[in-house]
Amino acid sequence: MTTSQLQTEQHQVSDDTAISIQNVTISYGSYEAVKNVYCDVPRGKVTAFIGPSGCGKSTVLRSLNRMNDLIEGCSLKGRVLFDGVDLYGASVDPVEVRRRIGMVFQQPNPFPKSIYENIAFGARINGFTGDMDELVERSLRQAAVWDECKDKLNESGYSLSGGQQQRLCIARTIAIQPEVILMDEPCSALDPISTLKIEETMHELKKSFTIVIVTHNMQQAVRVSDMTAFYNAEAVEGGSGKVGYLVEFNETEKIFNSPQQQATQDYVSGRFG
Amino acid sequence: MTSLYSDRSSQGIPDLSYKPSLARNVGSRILTVIAGIFSAVAVLPLILVLGYVIVKGGSKISLALFTELPPPPGLDGGGIANAIVGTIVVTVVAALIAIPVGVGGGIFLAEYSSSGWFAQFIRFGTNVLSGVPSIIAGVFIYGTIVTSRVLFGNAYSALAGGMALSILMLPTVIKTTDEGLKLVSDDLRRAALGVGASRFVTIVRITLPTAFTPIATGVVLAIARAAGETAPLIFTALFSPFWSDLLSTDGIFAPIATLSVLIYNFAIMPYEFHNELAWSASFVLVVMILGLNLFSRWLARFAAK
Repeated sequence: MTTSQLQTEQHQVSDDTAISIQNVTISYGSYEAVKNVYCDVPRGKVTAFIGPSGCGKSTVLRSLNRMNDLIEGCSLKGRVLFDGVDLYGASVDPVEVRRRIGMVFQQPNPFPKSIYENIAFGARINGFTGDMDELVERSLRQAAVWDECKDKLNESGYSLSGGQQQRLCIARTIAIQPEVILMDEPCSALDPISTLKIEETMHELKKSFTIVIVTHNMQQAVRVSDMTAFYNAEAVEGGSGKVGYLVEFNETEKIFNSPQQQATQDYVSGRFG
Repeated sequence: MTSLYSDRSSQGIPDLSYKPSLARNVGSRILTVIAGIFSAVAVLPLILVLGYVIVKGGSKISLALFTELPPPPGLDGGGIANAIVGTIVVTVVAALIAIPVGVGGGIFLAEYSSSGWFAQFIRFGTNVLSGVPSIIAGVFIYGTIVTSRVLFGNAYSALAGGMALSILMLPTVIKTTDEGLKLVSDDLRRAALGVGASRFVTIVRITLPTAFTPIATGVVLAIARAAGETAPLIFTALFSPFWSDLLSTDGIFAPIATLSVLIYNFAIMPYEFHNELAWSASFVLVVMILGLNLFSRWLARFAAK
Protein backbone atom coordinates (compact mmCIF):
# COMPACT_ATOMS: atom_id res chain seq x y z
CA MET A 1 0.00 0.00 0.00
CA THR A 2 2.79 2.40 0.89
CA THR A 3 4.60 1.80 -2.40
CA SER A 4 1.50 2.50 -4.45
CA GLN A 5 0.98 5.75 -2.55
CA LEU A 6 4.48 6.85 -3.45
CA GLN A 7 3.84 6.53 -7.17
CA THR A 8 0.89 8.87 -6.85
CA GLU A 9 -0.30 9.35 -10.43
CA GLN A 10 1.98 6.89 -12.13
CA HIS A 11 0.66 3.39 -12.69
CA GLN A 12 2.49 0.45 -14.16
CA VAL A 13 1.42 -0.55 -17.66
CA SER A 14 3.23 -2.27 -20.47
CA ASP A 15 5.16 -0.06 -22.88
CA ASP A 16 3.18 -1.41 -25.79
CA THR A 17 -0.05 -0.09 -24.36
CA ALA A 18 -1.12 3.43 -25.29
CA ILE A 19 -4.35 3.53 -23.33
CA SER A 20 -5.32 1.12 -20.61
CA ILE A 21 -8.98 0.97 -19.66
CA GLN A 22 -9.26 -0.56 -16.21
CA ASN A 23 -12.59 -1.61 -14.74
CA VAL A 24 -14.40 1.37 -16.23
CA THR A 25 -18.10 1.89 -15.55
CA ILE A 26 -19.79 4.90 -17.16
CA SER A 27 -23.20 6.14 -16.04
CA TYR A 28 -25.58 8.82 -17.24
CA GLY A 29 -27.16 9.99 -14.02
CA SER A 30 -28.07 6.84 -12.14
CA TYR A 31 -28.32 4.75 -15.31
CA GLU A 32 -25.27 2.66 -16.09
CA ALA A 33 -24.48 2.73 -19.81
CA VAL A 34 -21.50 0.42 -19.83
CA LYS A 35 -19.96 -1.65 -17.08
CA ASN A 36 -16.65 -3.15 -15.96
CA VAL A 37 -14.63 -2.64 -19.12
CA TYR A 38 -11.00 -3.80 -19.15
CA CYS A 39 -9.12 -3.16 -22.36
CA ASP A 40 -5.51 -2.35 -23.32
CA VAL A 41 -5.30 -0.35 -26.53
CA PRO A 42 -1.95 -1.19 -28.17
CA ARG A 43 0.38 1.53 -29.41
CA GLY A 44 0.76 2.13 -33.15
CA LYS A 45 -2.11 -0.14 -34.10
CA VAL A 46 -5.71 0.29 -35.16
CA THR A 47 -8.20 -0.93 -32.57
CA ALA A 48 -11.83 -1.31 -33.58
CA PHE A 49 -14.83 -1.22 -31.23
CA ILE A 50 -17.77 -3.14 -32.68
CA GLY A 51 -21.14 -4.17 -31.31
CA PRO A 52 -24.87 -3.57 -31.63
CA SER A 53 -26.43 -0.14 -31.03
CA GLY A 54 -26.63 0.94 -27.41
CA CYS A 55 -23.80 -1.28 -26.23
CA GLY A 56 -21.73 1.68 -25.06
CA LYS A 57 -18.86 1.51 -27.53
CA SER A 58 -19.12 5.21 -28.41
CA THR A 59 -19.47 6.07 -24.73
CA VAL A 60 -16.22 4.24 -23.96
CA LEU A 61 -14.51 5.94 -26.91
CA ARG A 62 -15.59 9.40 -25.74
CA SER A 63 -14.31 8.63 -22.25
CA LEU A 64 -10.81 8.22 -23.69
CA ASN A 65 -10.38 11.95 -24.28
CA ARG A 66 -12.89 13.20 -21.72
CA MET A 67 -15.51 14.23 -24.26
CA ASN A 68 -18.08 12.79 -21.90
CA ASP A 69 -17.38 15.74 -19.60
CA LEU A 70 -19.60 17.79 -21.92
CA ILE A 71 -22.60 15.57 -21.24
CA GLU A 72 -24.41 16.61 -18.13
CA GLY A 73 -24.72 13.92 -15.47
CA CYS A 74 -22.18 11.60 -17.06
CA SER A 75 -19.80 10.02 -14.56
CA LEU A 76 -17.03 7.45 -14.75
CA LYS A 77 -15.77 4.92 -12.22
CA GLY A 78 -12.53 3.03 -12.67
CA ARG A 79 -9.34 4.18 -14.35
CA VAL A 80 -8.30 5.19 -17.85
CA LEU A 81 -4.51 5.21 -18.01
CA PHE A 82 -2.75 7.07 -20.82
CA ASP A 83 0.95 6.16 -20.69
CA GLY A 84 0.44 5.37 -17.04
CA VAL A 85 -1.33 8.62 -16.12
CA ASP A 86 -4.94 8.44 -14.97
CA LEU A 87 -6.96 10.68 -17.31
CA TYR A 88 -9.53 11.16 -14.59
CA GLY A 89 -7.03 12.17 -11.92
CA ALA A 90 -7.93 15.20 -9.83
CA SER A 91 -5.28 17.49 -11.32
CA VAL A 92 -5.77 16.50 -14.97
CA ASP A 93 -6.79 19.28 -17.40
CA PRO A 94 -9.20 17.89 -20.03
CA VAL A 95 -7.83 20.42 -22.54
CA GLU A 96 -4.33 18.89 -22.21
CA VAL A 97 -5.83 15.41 -22.64
CA ARG A 98 -7.59 16.40 -25.86
CA ARG A 99 -4.44 17.92 -27.29
CA ARG A 100 -2.75 14.54 -27.03
CA ILE A 101 -5.78 12.41 -27.86
CA GLY A 102 -7.58 13.90 -30.85
CA MET A 103 -11.03 12.98 -32.09
CA VAL A 104 -12.84 12.63 -35.41
CA PHE A 105 -16.62 12.66 -35.16
CA GLN A 106 -19.48 10.82 -36.81
CA GLN A 107 -20.72 13.83 -38.77
CA PRO A 108 -18.10 15.84 -40.65
CA ASN A 109 -17.90 19.08 -38.66
CA PRO A 110 -15.45 21.52 -40.25
CA PHE A 111 -15.29 25.01 -38.76
CA PRO A 112 -17.08 27.74 -40.73
CA LYS A 113 -13.68 29.00 -41.87
CA SER A 114 -11.44 28.49 -44.87
CA ILE A 115 -9.86 25.10 -45.47
CA TYR A 116 -6.47 26.54 -44.53
CA GLU A 117 -7.83 28.03 -41.29
CA ASN A 118 -9.54 24.75 -40.40
CA ILE A 119 -6.12 23.10 -40.21
CA ALA A 120 -4.24 26.10 -38.81
CA PHE A 121 -6.73 26.77 -35.98
CA GLY A 122 -5.85 23.75 -33.88
CA ALA A 123 -2.11 24.10 -34.46
CA ARG A 124 -2.14 27.79 -33.64
CA ILE A 125 -4.03 27.47 -30.36
CA ASN A 126 -1.62 24.70 -29.41
CA GLY A 127 1.27 27.12 -29.77
CA PHE A 128 2.63 25.92 -33.11
CA THR A 129 5.24 28.39 -34.32
CA GLY A 130 6.78 26.60 -37.32
CA ASP A 131 5.95 26.91 -40.99
CA MET A 132 2.16 26.92 -41.07
CA ASP A 133 1.91 26.49 -44.86
CA GLU A 134 4.07 23.41 -44.65
CA LEU A 135 2.05 21.97 -41.76
CA VAL A 136 -1.24 22.53 -43.62
CA GLU A 137 0.08 20.82 -46.73
CA ARG A 138 1.57 17.90 -44.79
CA SER A 139 -1.64 17.34 -42.80
CA LEU A 140 -3.83 17.49 -45.88
CA ARG A 141 -1.51 15.10 -47.70
CA GLN A 142 -1.53 12.65 -44.80
CA ALA A 143 -5.32 12.73 -44.79
CA ALA A 144 -5.30 12.13 -48.57
CA VAL A 145 -7.32 15.23 -49.36
CA TRP A 146 -4.53 17.52 -50.60
CA ASP A 147 -5.15 16.99 -54.30
CA GLU A 148 -8.80 17.92 -54.00
CA CYS A 149 -8.30 21.15 -52.10
CA LYS A 150 -4.83 22.45 -52.89
CA ASP A 151 -6.31 24.97 -55.33
CA LYS A 152 -8.97 26.29 -52.97
CA LEU A 153 -7.32 26.56 -49.59
CA ASN A 154 -9.03 29.90 -49.03
CA GLU A 155 -12.52 28.64 -49.73
CA SER A 156 -14.88 27.63 -46.94
CA GLY A 157 -14.56 24.12 -45.53
CA TYR A 158 -18.24 23.73 -46.34
CA SER A 159 -17.50 23.92 -50.06
CA LEU A 160 -16.13 20.37 -49.95
CA SER A 161 -18.20 17.21 -50.33
CA GLY A 162 -19.09 15.13 -47.26
CA GLY A 163 -16.24 12.67 -47.74
CA GLN A 164 -13.73 15.46 -48.34
CA GLN A 165 -15.02 17.31 -45.28
CA GLN A 166 -14.43 14.21 -43.16
CA ARG A 167 -10.87 13.90 -44.46
CA LEU A 168 -10.43 17.61 -43.75
CA CYS A 169 -11.52 16.87 -40.17
CA ILE A 170 -8.97 14.05 -40.02
CA ALA A 171 -6.29 16.43 -41.35
CA ARG A 172 -7.31 18.97 -38.72
CA THR A 173 -6.82 16.35 -36.02
CA ILE A 174 -3.45 15.24 -37.43
CA ALA A 175 -2.25 18.84 -37.52
CA ILE A 176 -2.18 19.08 -33.72
CA GLN A 177 0.17 16.05 -33.70
CA PRO A 178 -1.76 13.96 -31.20
CA GLU A 179 -0.50 10.59 -30.03
CA VAL A 180 -3.85 8.87 -30.32
CA ILE A 181 -6.71 9.52 -32.76
CA LEU A 182 -10.21 8.47 -31.78
CA MET A 183 -12.73 8.00 -34.58
CA ASP A 184 -16.42 7.73 -33.79
CA GLU A 185 -18.03 5.98 -36.78
CA PRO A 186 -16.16 8.29 -39.18
CA CYS A 187 -17.68 6.74 -42.30
CA SER A 188 -21.30 6.30 -41.28
CA ALA A 189 -22.38 9.46 -43.13
CA LEU A 190 -20.31 8.75 -46.22
CA ASP A 191 -20.67 6.88 -49.50
CA PRO A 192 -18.59 3.72 -50.23
CA ILE A 193 -15.97 5.52 -52.32
CA SER A 194 -15.29 8.12 -49.62
CA THR A 195 -15.28 5.32 -47.04
CA LEU A 196 -12.63 3.47 -49.02
CA LYS A 197 -10.48 6.59 -49.21
CA ILE A 198 -10.72 7.15 -45.48
CA GLU A 199 -9.80 3.54 -44.81
CA GLU A 200 -6.74 3.92 -47.02
CA THR A 201 -5.91 7.07 -45.07
CA MET A 202 -6.10 5.09 -41.83
CA HIS A 203 -3.60 2.52 -43.08
CA GLU A 204 -1.18 5.38 -43.69
CA LEU A 205 -1.93 7.02 -40.36
CA LYS A 206 -1.27 4.01 -38.18
CA LYS A 207 2.42 4.29 -39.06
CA SER A 208 2.57 7.40 -36.89
CA PHE A 209 -0.51 7.32 -34.66
CA THR A 210 -2.46 4.98 -32.45
CA ILE A 211 -6.01 4.78 -33.75
CA VAL A 212 -9.20 3.70 -32.01
CA ILE A 213 -12.26 3.46 -34.24
CA VAL A 214 -15.89 2.76 -33.45
CA THR A 215 -17.70 1.19 -36.37
CA HIS A 216 -21.02 -0.40 -37.14
CA ASN A 217 -19.58 -1.97 -40.23
CA MET A 218 -17.95 -5.33 -39.48
CA GLN A 219 -16.25 -5.53 -42.88
CA GLN A 220 -14.67 -2.18 -42.12
CA ALA A 221 -13.34 -3.53 -38.82
CA VAL A 222 -11.82 -6.49 -40.70
CA ARG A 223 -10.30 -4.20 -43.32
CA VAL A 224 -8.72 -1.58 -41.11
CA SER A 225 -8.11 -2.92 -37.62
CA ASP A 226 -5.44 -5.02 -35.98
CA MET A 227 -7.33 -5.52 -32.74
CA THR A 228 -11.08 -5.72 -32.21
CA ALA A 229 -13.17 -5.28 -29.10
CA PHE A 230 -16.69 -6.67 -29.25
CA TYR A 231 -19.24 -4.98 -26.97
CA ASN A 232 -22.71 -6.25 -26.28
CA ALA A 233 -25.64 -5.09 -24.20
CA GLU A 234 -27.82 -7.10 -21.89
CA ALA A 235 -30.95 -6.27 -19.95
CA VAL A 236 -30.44 -6.17 -16.21
CA GLU A 237 -33.07 -7.24 -13.74
CA GLY A 238 -34.93 -4.25 -12.28
CA GLY A 239 -33.20 -1.84 -14.66
CA SER A 240 -34.98 0.35 -17.19
CA GLY A 241 -32.60 -0.25 -20.07
CA LYS A 242 -29.70 -2.35 -21.21
CA VAL A 243 -26.21 -2.21 -19.82
CA GLY A 244 -23.27 -2.53 -22.17
CA TYR A 245 -20.20 -4.62 -21.44
CA LEU A 246 -17.07 -5.79 -23.20
CA VAL A 247 -17.51 -9.36 -24.40
CA GLU A 248 -14.23 -10.09 -26.05
CA PHE A 249 -11.04 -8.28 -26.99
CA ASN A 250 -8.52 -9.95 -29.24
CA GLU A 251 -6.73 -9.74 -32.55
CA THR A 252 -9.20 -8.92 -35.32
CA GLU A 253 -8.38 -12.12 -37.15
CA LYS A 254 -9.25 -14.22 -34.08
CA ILE A 255 -12.44 -12.30 -33.29
CA PHE A 256 -13.81 -12.93 -36.75
CA ASN A 257 -12.52 -16.43 -37.36
CA SER A 258 -12.28 -18.19 -34.04
CA PRO A 259 -14.07 -16.16 -31.33
CA GLN A 260 -13.99 -17.51 -27.80
CA GLN A 261 -17.51 -16.40 -26.90
CA GLN A 262 -20.77 -17.60 -28.36
CA ALA A 263 -22.16 -14.03 -28.47
CA THR A 264 -19.22 -12.87 -30.57
CA GLN A 265 -19.67 -15.82 -32.90
CA ASP A 266 -23.36 -14.97 -33.31
CA TYR A 267 -22.68 -11.28 -33.94
CA VAL A 268 -19.83 -11.58 -36.44
CA SER A 269 -21.70 -14.24 -38.39
CA GLY A 270 -24.68 -11.89 -38.64
CA ARG A 271 -27.10 -13.83 -36.49
CA PHE A 272 -28.08 -10.70 -34.55
CA GLY A 273 -27.32 -7.00 -34.33
CA MET B 1 -73.46 -2.44 -47.68
CA THR B 2 -73.80 1.34 -48.11
CA SER B 3 -70.73 3.54 -48.13
CA LEU B 4 -70.61 6.81 -46.19
CA TYR B 5 -69.57 8.49 -49.43
CA SER B 6 -72.27 7.24 -51.74
CA ASP B 7 -72.29 10.23 -54.14
CA ARG B 8 -70.88 8.45 -57.13
CA SER B 9 -72.34 8.48 -60.61
CA SER B 10 -73.64 5.32 -62.19
CA GLN B 11 -70.24 4.63 -63.77
CA GLY B 12 -68.69 4.79 -60.29
CA ILE B 13 -66.84 8.10 -60.90
CA PRO B 14 -66.48 10.00 -57.60
CA ASP B 15 -67.88 13.54 -57.41
CA LEU B 16 -64.97 15.74 -56.32
CA SER B 17 -66.29 19.13 -57.45
CA TYR B 18 -66.25 22.18 -55.09
CA LYS B 19 -69.70 22.89 -53.57
CA PRO B 20 -69.94 26.50 -52.31
CA SER B 21 -73.07 25.85 -50.27
CA LEU B 22 -71.53 23.25 -48.01
CA ALA B 23 -71.42 24.38 -44.36
CA ARG B 24 -67.64 23.99 -44.12
CA ASN B 25 -67.06 26.06 -47.25
CA VAL B 26 -69.40 28.83 -46.06
CA GLY B 27 -67.70 28.86 -42.66
CA SER B 28 -64.30 29.00 -44.29
CA ARG B 29 -65.25 32.04 -46.39
CA ILE B 30 -66.75 33.91 -43.42
CA LEU B 31 -63.65 33.33 -41.27
CA THR B 32 -61.35 34.41 -44.11
CA VAL B 33 -63.25 37.68 -44.43
CA ILE B 34 -63.18 38.31 -40.66
CA ALA B 35 -59.45 37.59 -40.48
CA GLY B 36 -58.87 39.92 -43.43
CA ILE B 37 -60.81 42.76 -41.77
CA PHE B 38 -58.91 42.42 -38.50
CA SER B 39 -55.51 42.36 -40.18
CA ALA B 40 -56.48 45.46 -42.15
CA VAL B 41 -57.50 47.18 -38.88
CA ALA B 42 -54.19 46.10 -37.34
CA VAL B 43 -52.15 47.58 -40.18
CA LEU B 44 -54.21 50.80 -40.30
CA PRO B 45 -52.56 52.61 -37.35
CA LEU B 46 -49.12 51.72 -38.71
CA ILE B 47 -49.90 53.27 -42.07
CA LEU B 48 -51.72 56.27 -40.57
CA VAL B 49 -48.98 57.11 -38.06
CA LEU B 50 -46.16 56.74 -40.58
CA GLY B 51 -48.12 58.57 -43.27
CA TYR B 52 -49.07 61.43 -40.94
CA VAL B 53 -45.49 61.87 -39.74
CA ILE B 54 -44.16 61.79 -43.28
CA VAL B 55 -46.73 64.29 -44.55
CA LYS B 56 -46.50 66.70 -41.61
CA GLY B 57 -42.77 66.35 -40.93
CA GLY B 58 -41.31 65.46 -44.30
CA SER B 59 -42.58 68.65 -45.89
CA LYS B 60 -40.46 70.81 -43.59
CA ILE B 61 -37.13 69.15 -44.14
CA SER B 62 -34.46 71.73 -44.90
CA LEU B 63 -30.72 72.14 -44.56
CA ALA B 64 -31.17 74.47 -41.58
CA LEU B 65 -32.89 71.63 -39.74
CA PHE B 66 -29.65 69.65 -39.67
CA THR B 67 -27.25 72.54 -39.03
CA GLU B 68 -28.90 75.05 -36.70
CA LEU B 69 -30.00 75.25 -33.08
CA PRO B 70 -33.67 75.50 -32.15
CA PRO B 71 -34.84 79.15 -31.79
CA PRO B 72 -35.89 80.68 -28.47
CA PRO B 73 -39.64 80.50 -27.80
CA GLY B 74 -41.58 82.89 -29.96
CA LEU B 75 -38.91 83.29 -32.64
CA ASP B 76 -38.72 81.59 -36.02
CA GLY B 77 -35.84 80.03 -37.95
CA GLY B 78 -33.50 77.29 -36.81
CA GLY B 79 -33.23 73.55 -36.67
CA ILE B 80 -32.81 70.55 -34.44
CA ALA B 81 -29.16 69.77 -35.09
CA ASN B 82 -28.18 69.59 -31.41
CA ALA B 83 -30.98 67.09 -30.71
CA ILE B 84 -29.88 64.84 -33.58
CA VAL B 85 -26.32 64.85 -32.22
CA GLY B 86 -27.67 64.31 -28.69
CA THR B 87 -29.75 61.29 -29.67
CA ILE B 88 -26.71 59.72 -31.28
CA VAL B 89 -24.50 60.50 -28.26
CA VAL B 90 -26.96 59.12 -25.70
CA THR B 91 -27.61 56.00 -27.78
CA VAL B 92 -23.89 55.36 -28.25
CA VAL B 93 -23.35 55.68 -24.48
CA ALA B 94 -26.21 53.22 -23.91
CA ALA B 95 -24.79 50.77 -26.47
CA LEU B 96 -21.30 50.99 -24.96
CA ILE B 97 -22.74 49.93 -21.61
CA ALA B 98 -25.38 47.44 -22.73
CA ILE B 99 -23.44 45.51 -25.41
CA PRO B 100 -20.50 44.26 -23.29
CA VAL B 101 -22.69 43.52 -20.28
CA GLY B 102 -25.51 41.98 -22.31
CA VAL B 103 -23.32 39.88 -24.60
CA GLY B 104 -21.30 38.73 -21.59
CA GLY B 105 -24.47 37.77 -19.74
CA GLY B 106 -25.78 35.94 -22.79
CA ILE B 107 -22.50 34.01 -23.12
CA PHE B 108 -22.73 33.01 -19.48
CA LEU B 109 -26.31 31.78 -19.90
CA ALA B 110 -25.68 29.83 -23.10
CA GLU B 111 -22.16 28.49 -22.57
CA TYR B 112 -21.23 28.39 -18.90
CA SER B 113 -24.36 28.01 -16.78
CA SER B 114 -25.67 24.48 -16.56
CA SER B 115 -29.34 25.53 -16.28
CA GLY B 116 -28.97 25.79 -12.52
CA TRP B 117 -31.14 27.97 -10.33
CA PHE B 118 -28.88 30.99 -10.91
CA ALA B 119 -29.26 30.81 -14.70
CA GLN B 120 -33.01 30.25 -14.35
CA PHE B 121 -33.16 33.29 -12.11
CA ILE B 122 -31.27 35.47 -14.61
CA ARG B 123 -33.46 34.31 -17.53
CA PHE B 124 -36.58 35.05 -15.49
CA GLY B 125 -35.18 38.43 -14.42
CA THR B 126 -34.37 39.27 -18.03
CA ASN B 127 -37.92 38.53 -19.10
CA VAL B 128 -39.30 40.68 -16.27
CA LEU B 129 -36.90 43.51 -17.12
CA SER B 130 -37.96 43.49 -20.77
CA GLY B 131 -41.54 44.08 -19.64
CA VAL B 132 -40.72 46.89 -17.20
CA PRO B 133 -42.15 50.24 -18.37
CA SER B 134 -39.37 52.47 -19.65
CA ILE B 135 -40.22 55.26 -17.20
CA ILE B 136 -39.24 52.93 -14.35
CA ALA B 137 -35.73 52.73 -15.80
CA GLY B 138 -35.70 56.53 -15.84
CA VAL B 139 -36.90 56.78 -12.25
CA PHE B 140 -34.28 54.26 -11.18
CA ILE B 141 -31.42 56.23 -12.75
CA TYR B 142 -32.92 59.49 -11.45
CA GLY B 143 -32.97 58.08 -7.93
CA THR B 144 -29.56 56.44 -7.98
CA ILE B 145 -27.43 58.58 -10.30
CA VAL B 146 -29.05 61.98 -10.82
CA THR B 147 -30.18 62.98 -7.32
CA SER B 148 -27.11 61.51 -5.63
CA ARG B 149 -24.78 63.35 -8.04
CA VAL B 150 -22.34 60.41 -8.05
CA LEU B 151 -21.06 61.35 -11.52
CA PHE B 152 -18.48 63.85 -10.22
CA GLY B 153 -21.14 66.12 -8.79
CA ASN B 154 -23.18 66.38 -11.98
CA ALA B 155 -26.91 65.82 -11.79
CA TYR B 156 -28.69 65.62 -15.16
CA SER B 157 -26.31 64.39 -17.84
CA ALA B 158 -25.99 62.63 -21.17
CA LEU B 159 -24.24 59.81 -19.32
CA ALA B 160 -27.19 59.31 -16.97
CA GLY B 161 -29.53 59.27 -19.99
CA GLY B 162 -27.37 56.66 -21.68
CA MET B 163 -27.43 54.55 -18.52
CA ALA B 164 -31.23 54.65 -18.40
CA LEU B 165 -31.42 53.56 -22.05
CA SER B 166 -28.86 50.80 -21.48
CA ILE B 167 -31.18 49.28 -18.87
CA LEU B 168 -33.85 49.06 -21.57
CA MET B 169 -31.42 47.53 -24.05
CA LEU B 170 -30.00 44.91 -21.71
CA PRO B 171 -32.80 42.30 -21.81
CA THR B 172 -32.91 42.29 -25.61
CA VAL B 173 -29.14 41.97 -25.93
CA ILE B 174 -28.93 39.19 -23.31
CA LYS B 175 -31.79 37.27 -24.88
CA THR B 176 -30.58 37.48 -28.47
CA THR B 177 -27.04 36.49 -27.46
CA ASP B 178 -28.37 33.56 -25.46
CA GLU B 179 -30.64 32.40 -28.29
CA GLY B 180 -28.03 33.05 -30.97
CA LEU B 181 -25.41 30.96 -29.20
CA LYS B 182 -27.91 28.16 -28.61
CA LEU B 183 -28.40 27.95 -32.38
CA VAL B 184 -24.73 27.07 -32.87
CA SER B 185 -24.46 23.34 -33.40
CA ASP B 186 -22.83 21.35 -30.60
CA ASP B 187 -20.86 19.53 -33.31
CA LEU B 188 -18.86 22.72 -33.76
CA ARG B 189 -18.11 23.05 -30.05
CA ARG B 190 -17.04 19.41 -29.90
CA ALA B 191 -14.85 19.91 -32.98
CA ALA B 192 -13.03 22.80 -31.33
CA LEU B 193 -12.66 21.02 -28.00
CA GLY B 194 -11.54 17.91 -29.90
CA VAL B 195 -8.51 19.73 -31.30
CA GLY B 196 -7.56 20.85 -27.83
CA ALA B 197 -9.19 24.27 -27.62
CA SER B 198 -10.07 25.49 -24.16
CA ARG B 199 -13.60 26.61 -23.46
CA PHE B 200 -12.62 30.26 -23.71
CA VAL B 201 -10.89 29.81 -27.09
CA THR B 202 -13.86 27.79 -28.35
CA ILE B 203 -16.28 30.59 -27.48
CA VAL B 204 -14.14 33.49 -28.70
CA ARG B 205 -12.85 31.92 -31.90
CA ILE B 206 -15.61 29.54 -32.97
CA THR B 207 -19.00 29.95 -31.28
CA LEU B 208 -19.23 33.75 -31.11
CA PRO B 209 -18.16 34.37 -34.73
CA THR B 210 -20.65 31.74 -35.87
CA ALA B 211 -23.45 33.40 -33.93
CA PHE B 212 -22.34 36.91 -34.88
CA THR B 213 -25.24 37.77 -37.16
CA PRO B 214 -28.18 36.92 -34.89
CA ILE B 215 -26.42 38.70 -32.03
CA ALA B 216 -25.66 41.76 -34.16
CA THR B 217 -29.25 41.84 -35.40
CA GLY B 218 -30.56 41.77 -31.85
CA VAL B 219 -28.17 44.50 -30.77
CA VAL B 220 -29.22 46.76 -33.65
CA LEU B 221 -32.90 46.24 -32.83
CA ALA B 222 -32.19 47.04 -29.17
CA ILE B 223 -30.42 50.25 -30.22
CA ALA B 224 -33.34 51.18 -32.46
CA ARG B 225 -35.75 50.69 -29.59
CA ALA B 226 -33.65 52.72 -27.17
CA ALA B 227 -33.12 55.58 -29.63
CA GLY B 228 -36.84 56.33 -29.67
CA GLU B 229 -37.43 56.30 -25.92
CA THR B 230 -38.61 59.50 -24.23
CA ALA B 231 -39.72 58.67 -20.71
CA PRO B 232 -36.34 57.56 -19.32
CA LEU B 233 -34.63 60.63 -20.78
CA ILE B 234 -36.97 63.35 -19.49
CA PHE B 235 -35.48 63.34 -16.01
CA THR B 236 -32.03 61.89 -16.71
CA ALA B 237 -30.62 63.61 -19.82
CA LEU B 238 -33.14 66.44 -19.48
CA PHE B 239 -32.87 68.89 -22.39
CA SER B 240 -30.62 71.63 -23.64
CA PRO B 241 -31.23 74.35 -26.21
CA PHE B 242 -27.50 74.60 -26.88
CA TRP B 243 -24.78 72.58 -28.55
CA SER B 244 -23.26 70.12 -26.12
CA ASP B 245 -19.52 70.52 -25.71
CA LEU B 246 -18.51 67.08 -26.95
CA LEU B 247 -14.87 67.96 -27.49
CA SER B 248 -14.30 67.98 -23.73
CA THR B 249 -15.65 65.57 -21.13
CA ASP B 250 -18.05 68.26 -19.90
CA GLY B 251 -20.31 67.40 -22.81
CA ILE B 252 -21.43 64.03 -21.55
CA PHE B 253 -21.70 65.24 -17.94
CA ALA B 254 -24.08 68.03 -18.90
CA PRO B 255 -27.77 67.88 -19.84
CA ILE B 256 -28.20 67.12 -23.53
CA ALA B 257 -30.96 67.56 -26.10
CA THR B 258 -32.46 64.47 -27.70
CA LEU B 259 -35.00 64.15 -30.50
CA SER B 260 -37.63 62.37 -28.43
CA VAL B 261 -37.51 64.90 -25.58
CA LEU B 262 -37.45 67.75 -28.11
CA ILE B 263 -40.66 66.39 -29.63
CA TYR B 264 -42.21 66.12 -26.16
CA ASN B 265 -41.23 69.69 -25.27
CA PHE B 266 -41.97 71.45 -28.56
CA ALA B 267 -45.20 69.69 -29.50
CA ILE B 268 -47.04 71.22 -26.54
CA MET B 269 -45.62 74.73 -26.93
CA PRO B 270 -48.04 77.46 -28.00
CA TYR B 271 -45.75 78.51 -30.88
CA GLU B 272 -46.44 77.43 -34.43
CA PHE B 273 -42.81 77.16 -35.46
CA HIS B 274 -41.87 74.97 -32.50
CA ASN B 275 -44.76 72.64 -33.25
CA GLU B 276 -43.45 72.32 -36.79
CA LEU B 277 -39.96 71.59 -35.49
CA ALA B 278 -41.48 68.79 -33.38
CA TRP B 279 -43.01 67.31 -36.53
CA SER B 280 -39.72 67.51 -38.38
CA ALA B 281 -37.96 65.88 -35.44
CA SER B 282 -40.56 63.08 -35.48
CA PHE B 283 -39.83 62.52 -39.13
CA VAL B 284 -36.06 62.43 -38.59
CA LEU B 285 -36.44 60.04 -35.63
CA VAL B 286 -38.72 57.69 -37.56
CA VAL B 287 -36.32 57.65 -40.49
CA MET B 288 -33.37 56.94 -38.17
CA ILE B 289 -35.18 54.01 -36.53
CA LEU B 290 -36.39 52.75 -39.87
CA GLY B 291 -32.81 52.86 -41.11
CA LEU B 292 -31.59 50.85 -38.13
CA ASN B 293 -34.30 48.26 -38.68
CA LEU B 294 -33.43 47.94 -42.34
CA PHE B 295 -29.78 47.59 -41.36
CA SER B 296 -30.65 44.73 -38.99
CA ARG B 297 -32.61 43.00 -41.74
CA TRP B 298 -29.68 43.39 -44.07
CA LEU B 299 -27.46 41.84 -41.40
CA ALA B 300 -29.82 38.88 -41.11
CA ARG B 301 -29.84 38.45 -44.89
CA PHE B 302 -26.05 38.64 -44.80
CA ALA B 303 -26.08 35.72 -42.35
CA ALA B 304 -28.24 33.52 -44.50
CA LYS B 305 -25.51 33.44 -47.14
